[in-house]
Amino acid sequence: MFELLKYYLSFSFVQYALIVGVLVSLCSGLLGVILVLKRFAYIGDGLSHVAFGVMSVAMCLNMVDNMLLTIPVTIIVAILLIKDGSNRKLTGDTALAMLSVGSMAFGYLIINVFATSSNIAGDVCSALFGATSILTLSSQDVKISVAMSLIVICIFIIYYNKIFTVTFDETFAKATGIKTDKYNLLIAVITAIVIVIAMNLVGALLVSALIIFPAVSAMTLFHQFNYVVILSGCLSIFNSAAGIIISILFSTPVGATIVMTSVATFFILKILSLLIKR
Amino acid sequence: MEQIICKNLEIGYDRKVIMGPLNIIINEGDYWCITGANGAGKTTFIKTLLNLTPIIGGAINLQNELKQIDIGYLPQQKPYQKNFPASVEEIVRSGFLNKINIRFYYNHHEKELAKTTITKLGIAGLEKRAYGSLSGGQQQRVLLARALCASSKVIILDEPIAGLDPVATQEMYSVIRKLNQEENITIIMISHDILHATADAKQMLHFDGNGKYTITHK
Repeated sequence: MFELLKYYLSFSFVQYALIVGVLVSLCSGLLGVILVLKRFAYIGDGLSHVAFGVMSVAMCLNMVDNMLLTIPVTIIVAILLIKDGSNRKLTGDTALAMLSVGSMAFGYLIINVFATSSNIAGDVCSALFGATSILTLSSQDVKISVAMSLIVICIFIIYYNKIFTVTFDETFAKATGIKTDKYNLLIAVITAIVIVIAMNLVGALLVSALIIFPAVSAMTLFHQFNYVVILSGCLSIFNSAAGIIISILFSTPVGATIVMTSVATFFILKILSLLIKR
Repeated sequence: MEQIICKNLEIGYDRKVIMGPLNIIINEGDYWCITGANGAGKTTFIKTLLNLTPIIGGAINLQNELKQIDIGYLPQQKPYQKNFPASVEEIVRSGFLNKINIRFYYNHHEKELAKTTITKLGIAGLEKRAYGSLSGGQQQRVLLARALCASSKVIILDEPIAGLDPVATQEMYSVIRKLNQEENITIIMISHDILHATADAKQMLHFDGNGKYTITHK
């Protein structure tokens, strides 16, 4: 089996897949902790559906690189959603549900009406579930994904303490003069970026798994913020790397394999934490 | 020494006045206890002092080089914080955040100061414990320690004893009393517990609920 793996790893597209997979999952692992704790997990899910709608438009326009359109539009939607989300009149989750099903339907509709591709069902399936798209990344996609991931990781390291305070107690942070709106905006922007680049890895429907599972798994084991963040990042990298390798060896769909690996590690950690507590 | 002067201050939310005009002078070392019915404007008043809610009319003047960031705050606990994965140390240190503008991490001096504050409030030894695993009284002291790291001049407390048992309540009061008497920290506290809270307070501010208020100096 190692011979086979070695053979596959010699291909540049497999290397690309692993590089992008590791970086993107590190981002989603770090960001996931904030989103889960801020009760924003559903926003990640909604945003991925919006991103699918935008991606469909890009497909119909025959854009060579759809990320150039999906990233900016998703960022704008993310800002609108997260901006003072706590005191909006129409409750956040209702508005979000409307937005996400709306954009899913819109995306599917315009692909069917306008797309010139001969394999519409295949395109839609890969956009939703990731399918094999991670293994067909262009070098341009790889560059954008790597650059965006590095930006997100740097922001996280630089603003670690501020992000912690804004997440733990926004009222206190605001009262002591922290510009919480600025940091919420920052969180919105990096959420959108991570969602769009993670969509290449696992597809629109499975993106939120990449954000939620590592964070929740880490929280079952640790109760200190810095440990949770570090473990979540590591778990996320492990899940993606293991998922990609398994999918190559057994030719399973890559997105679904990564998510199932995440589910498995979650249950392993859950059992581990129960054993420790006893 | 005057610290905060409210001049014809009108407070409220969504541009509606619910209280005022208020004329209050808060001096260094004061111990204010704010009482009144729900909805009378207690929380709105302190939120206005903290610059969380915009002023509707009048003005708040900070005197003698008191800055907005010198006002520390102990907010009411939020339900989600109970299970938040954070250690005591991490939470207390976060009080320094408004002082580290350009730096991104806490320095040695701040870490030491956080430790001293933790000891002062009688929660030493719990530094690495998870916040969620502490008792209600201990959790409140952690948040008070954080407020002290943010400011050592004025502390505003929003119902610090809500949900505490009688023993923890007395301990909390004695910690607050100590801060007021020994360190001359100005205390502004909202409380429903008129009997005990007023024993320590030097000034009483009562909101009547119809836009009127009474001030009693002891």
